[in-house]
Amino acid sequence: MEITINILLTIATAATPLLVAAIGELVVERSGVLNLGVEGMMIMGAVGGFGVGYLTGSPWLGLVAAIVVGAVFSLLFAVMTLSLATNQVATGLSLTLLGLGLSGMIGTGFVGLPGVRLPDLHIPLLIDLPIVGKLVFGQDPVFYISILLIFAVAWFLFRTRTGLTLRSIGDSHTSAHALGIQVIRYRYLAVIFGGACAGLAGGQLSLVYTPQWVENMSAGRGWIALALVVFASWRPWRVLAGAYIFGAVWIGQLHAQAFGIPVPSQLLSSLPYLATVVVLVLISRNKRLTMMNTPASLGQPFVPDR
Amino acid sequence: MRLELVKRPQRSALFSALSPFIAFALTLIAGAILFALLGIDPVSAFYTYFISPISEVWQLHELAIKAAPLILIAVGLSVCYRANIWNIGAEGQFTLGAIVGSMVPVLYPELEGPIVLPLMLLMGMIGGGLYAAIPAYLKARFNTNEILTSLMLVYVSQLFLDWLVRGPWRDPQGHGFPQTVQFNDSAILPELMPASGRANWGFVFALVAAVVVWIMMSRMLKGFEVRVLGSSPRAGRFAGFGLNRMIFFAFILSGALAGLAGISVVSGEINQLKPVISPGYGFAAIIVAFLGRLNPLGIVAAGLVLALTYLGGEAAQTALGVSDKVARVFQGMLLFFVLGCDTLIHYRIRLVGLRAKAPAPDPATAGKLGEAH
Repeated sequence: MEITINILLTIATAATPLLVAAIGELVVERSGVLNLGVEGMMIMGAVGGFGVGYLTGSPWLGLVAAIVVGAVFSLLFAVMTLSLATNQVATGLSLTLLGLGLSGMIGTGFVGLPGVRLPDLHIPLLIDLPIVGKLVFGQDPVFYISILLIFAVAWFLFRTRTGLTLRSIGDSHTSAHALGIQVIRYRYLAVIFGGACAGLAGGQLSLVYTPQWVENMSAGRGWIALALVVFASWRPWRVLAGAYIFGAVWIGQLHAQAFGIPVPSQLLSSLPYLATVVVLVLISRNKRLTMMNTPASLGQPFVPDR
Repeated sequence: MRLELVKRPQRSALFSALSPFIAFALTLIAGAILFALLGIDPVSAFYTYFISPISEVWQLHELAIKAAPLILIAVGLSVCYRANIWNIGAEGQFTLGAIVGSMVPVLYPELEGPIVLPLMLLMGMIGGGLYAAIPAYLKARFNTNEILTSLMLVYVSQLFLDWLVRGPWRDPQGHGFPQTVQFNDSAILPELMPASGRANWGFVFALVAAVVVWIMMSRMLKGFEVRVLGSSPRAGRFAGFGLNRMIFFAFILSGALAGLAGISVVSGEINQLKPVISPGYGFAAIIVAFLGRLNPLGIVAAGLVLALTYLGGEAAQTALGVSDKVARVFQGMLLFFVLGCDTLIHYRIRLVGLRAKAPAPDPATAGKLGEAH
């Protein structure tokens, strides 16, 4: 029983960065912008979070720094794609390449240093509940933030007027513009929100998941988060399900390696990536489902005519 | 203050030619700021980074060694991107090309003769091409996003290579190091001019590929087909061009060239397989493709520039003590600036002050707009 709970706890820790990054990207894509720079913003958040946490000794300041770094970094993408109408795919890629390089350069001095870990937040009384107590009320702070984010984004997108406006921009920026909606302004805010989320996800990696700095420590999680948004067909609650399935795959292969299952460890390590491919295929097979849910102006540059 | 884009009546030939140079200049300025922030004198840093690595003849050979895989891969990618097909998994196709091509010298080390090398190169192309066919098939058959699948396969290919060199293909006499046997002489790509430096035939392959693809893109129906399907799939359908066939064509062509790059690097430079065989060529080639304006001949020049950033990064690491990651930073910035400058081809940029008066609304539409606000 104890073991099961511990495994479930680690699954939550592995799922949280995917969840946070994916929910941010979901909002970005709902506004009609495809930001492939998630991996880059995430790794910048990780190095920023670790650096500030290490230098100040406060993991909380580190977490704040991770969010700020992610948001500021996403601003680069926003200026390029929104103000200069560049190709979103290529710009997102260059954000990822730049982030991987910059973080490696900044982090050279951090390699091997002991990090600081965000303390778990135990909710009094509730944590004493059998089984769910520890699972739901004895987690790290980012876990709670991730769950709150899901609630908040689901409510915002489908229960508020601003959310409706954002979705309408994603479906047809020309119509939205004709109605007098500030398309570019909405998209700026969406992209920055996505950047903050990716930064937070990176901060979770270097302040909770493995409290240290390792080069390329995001290990493709940003790309998996992008795949999760497709998997979830742009719906917040499905992101939650998808993130936990992938968290389980990630932890499952680690445990399988520890148990010495007679399969090459590299094959087990490649399972999350292979699973991503399989899941994408399964989802995209259903053409009607994807056609119905994909924001119609996703990835198209928009230059307002006046 | 606000940026405003004003569409040009037609694309600007001037900026079309100038934009890579403006981008490079902007990268240098940003790099100077970066070096200054690190407390290094930008002038001497630039000398170390951009001049010292190419000041002697043998160093030009090193430049050609680094440029060859970049050009080979980028030429293939340019066809994909022109067709609006986003293969970003060239790093994986490079790895699979290296693995499949190395089957000959690793599994049959006693095999010698002039047949070995052509066989290896051919198998490398097949390996890379087939690996690229996976995302192509998934896109053509199931409409699966090729960006994500091709990228995921990069991770899978690297883990596969890691398994091979630590497991079944490990050199039993290698003192436990994760590497295969050294290739024998007939499996090694010959040097072009051994008297002056190490550059090998890989660079020739790159130039040939660039010229052939340039001819295809500018002089043959296939190139027209690529461009039509890329800019307007609907028009392409009316012309009878098949989108699915194009997906396979673009992916397999770029995969085969990436595979050729992979086996050329392993055969010409490393002479055995190791867990890591590429300093990110497959990703840097994306930058090369855009810096070369998706034109195979421009890509040759762009490949040399990117190769210089690699050499400069190594030089800066030894001479200035900065991380060799500085190369990646330069590459990332370069792509950013190239993309930004490309905007100038289609748009004029106007800075609008916040206080500037909005142009008087057209009376015919003013009423309607007022209601919408």
